[in-house]
Amino acid sequence: MKKRKLRNQCGRRREKIFSYTCLIPSIAGVLVFFLIPFGIVIYYSVINSPAAGEYVGLENYRNLMDNLAFKKAARNTATFSLIAVPLSLLLSLGLAMLLERNIPGKSIFRTFFLSPLMVPTASVVLVWQVLFHNHGTINQIIEAFGGETVDWLKSPKGQVVIILMFLWKNIGYNMILFMSALCSIPRDIIEVADLEGAGSVYKFLHIKLRYLSPTILFVLILSLINSFKIFREVYLLTGKYPFDKLYMLQHFMNNTFENLNYQKLSAAAVLFALVMIVVIAVLLIAENIFGKDVEN
Amino acid sequence: MTVKKQHRFLDISVGIFIAAAAVLFLMPTILTLANSFMTSNEISANYGAMFSNISGDEKKFISEDVNLKFIPDKVTIDQYKSVLIKNSDYLMKFWNSIILTVPITVFQLVLAVVTSYGFSRYPGKIKGLIFFVYIILMIMPSQVTLVPNYLVLDKFGMIDTQELGVSQGMERFISRLAIILPAVFSPFSIFLLTKVMKRIPNSYVEAAKLDGAGEIQIMTKIYLPMCKSALVSIGMLVFIDYWNMVEQPLVLMKGDNTSLHPLSVFLSQISEAEAGLAFAVGAVYMIPTILMFLYGEDYLVEGIVYSGGIKG
Repeated sequence: MKKRKLRNQCGRRREKIFSYTCLIPSIAGVLVFFLIPFGIVIYYSVINSPAAGEYVGLENYRNLMDNLAFKKAARNTATFSLIAVPLSLLLSLGLAMLLERNIPGKSIFRTFFLSPLMVPTASVVLVWQVLFHNHGTINQIIEAFGGETVDWLKSPKGQVVIILMFLWKNIGYNMILFMSALCSIPRDIIEVADLEGAGSVYKFLHIKLRYLSPTILFVLILSLINSFKIFREVYLLTGKYPFDKLYMLQHFMNNTFENLNYQKLSAAAVLFALVMIVVIAVLLIAENIFGKDVEN
Repeated sequence: MTVKKQHRFLDISVGIFIAAAAVLFLMPTILTLANSFMTSNEISANYGAMFSNISGDEKKFISEDVNLKFIPDKVTIDQYKSVLIKNSDYLMKFWNSIILTVPITVFQLVLAVVTSYGFSRYPGKIKGLIFFVYIILMIMPSQVTLVPNYLVLDKFGMIDTQELGVSQGMERFISRLAIILPAVFSPFSIFLLTKVMKRIPNSYVEAAKLDGAGEIQIMTKIYLPMCKSALVSIGMLVFIDYWNMVEQPLVLMKGDNTSLHPLSVFLSQISEAEAGLAFAVGAVYMIPTILMFLYGEDYLVEGIVYSGGIKG
């Protein structure tokens, strides 16, 4: 009996070691391609040049903060994310709740909404150009109704276009995530609320929202990740040098990569990483507050 | 109106709204496909203004307006003929996209299966900490991660491949590897898959062990089949993400290696002379992902029931 227990423990230990071994390839890759070089990036951000290697404190950061292109890029990127992410969250949740109703052809509509996810941006970029060209479809419609036309891609209104493109691409998948979350809310709780005479607003705020909160957080993170990829749409629509309001952080990074200014690149990467860490911390705190009482 | 009738009325109006919105979502895709069957004359007549604005030279177009057309005047497959048969340039770029995206997707998934297995068995404090680092890394945008990637790849000589002094074929291989390697280690699919694997009840594992299954068998015979729909949906998300990639090739493939750029980058640089083909190129480029979507839509929908929260 004792022997068997010992062997069991031995097996357990072996399994444990095996489970750690499974992590090794991935950890090695992450160390080589991300973490170790990021340490070098931090080092580069506080020296004057890779060759001389003199410590200059926060000078690179100060220079970066004074850089007009960086400020513009950071502001545009932040504005875009702050508008597009909450908007996609609200719209996809709204759509998911509408699709909860008994509508004929529901699954076909779901497919339609989901389709932009699987259509490469590069493929449809021409259609977007046709729509938002100065003499394009949208302006023709505006003209027909006697409104004032806008040169969409060459004016501050360009942000509207990229927000629309972002929503078009992301709403479908977010909606699917919300739909499956809505389905998994226990029916009996809703029924009890109905019996007690709760209104639909009450049901939404006090029951559904609680069960949805982990999904809301997940969608928020996915949308945030995707919002930093909007550079792709902007680049495909307008190329390397877009209108002022469409100049994104990735444009700034690309241009800095071209003349290989390591100080600028490193300082920008570290600064952006710090901002993202603050954002992640806020999200984690939010998860701890809202996610607690409904977990599993 | 009775309550029931009122309900019915509301359902119908919501249905109409949803239908309209859904059709609007499908529109850009349909328009691209429809326009890909146009003659190149018709394209320059309708869209010429757009392209000459970009390149700024001689004005060949008929009207200043850009007229969106739903149905071509004359349906032809000339565009496709040029793209697929006459001009091998596009096929080369298409191949560039495939040779980057397929290895990235396959290897990222294989690595994710192994790593997620490691994370989901015997969870502990150290593993929790490592997983947390992965979450942070996953959320970091490419604007941050491209800088460390570039430093390493540059150190290995994988950016300026001309200086390596190897054959041209080898240069191309190395330059592609510069895009593939960091992407394979991106933790996105590990994050999603670990959450799925953690939900697999331990009783399955115990039962398999009684039957004498080893760890590798548990991984391949129990975990893998149970994650199938999740794997398909994660695979699709990863594939489309890299099929769309723009910033990585722009930064990591320079000099002569720009000829290795995938079609997603190239499509933005299409010139006026080739404008007549642009829609067909776009249509060809969406074929793989559309096929994938038709095959895997149900997986995409059911494979994500697990999602929610950040931490495991």
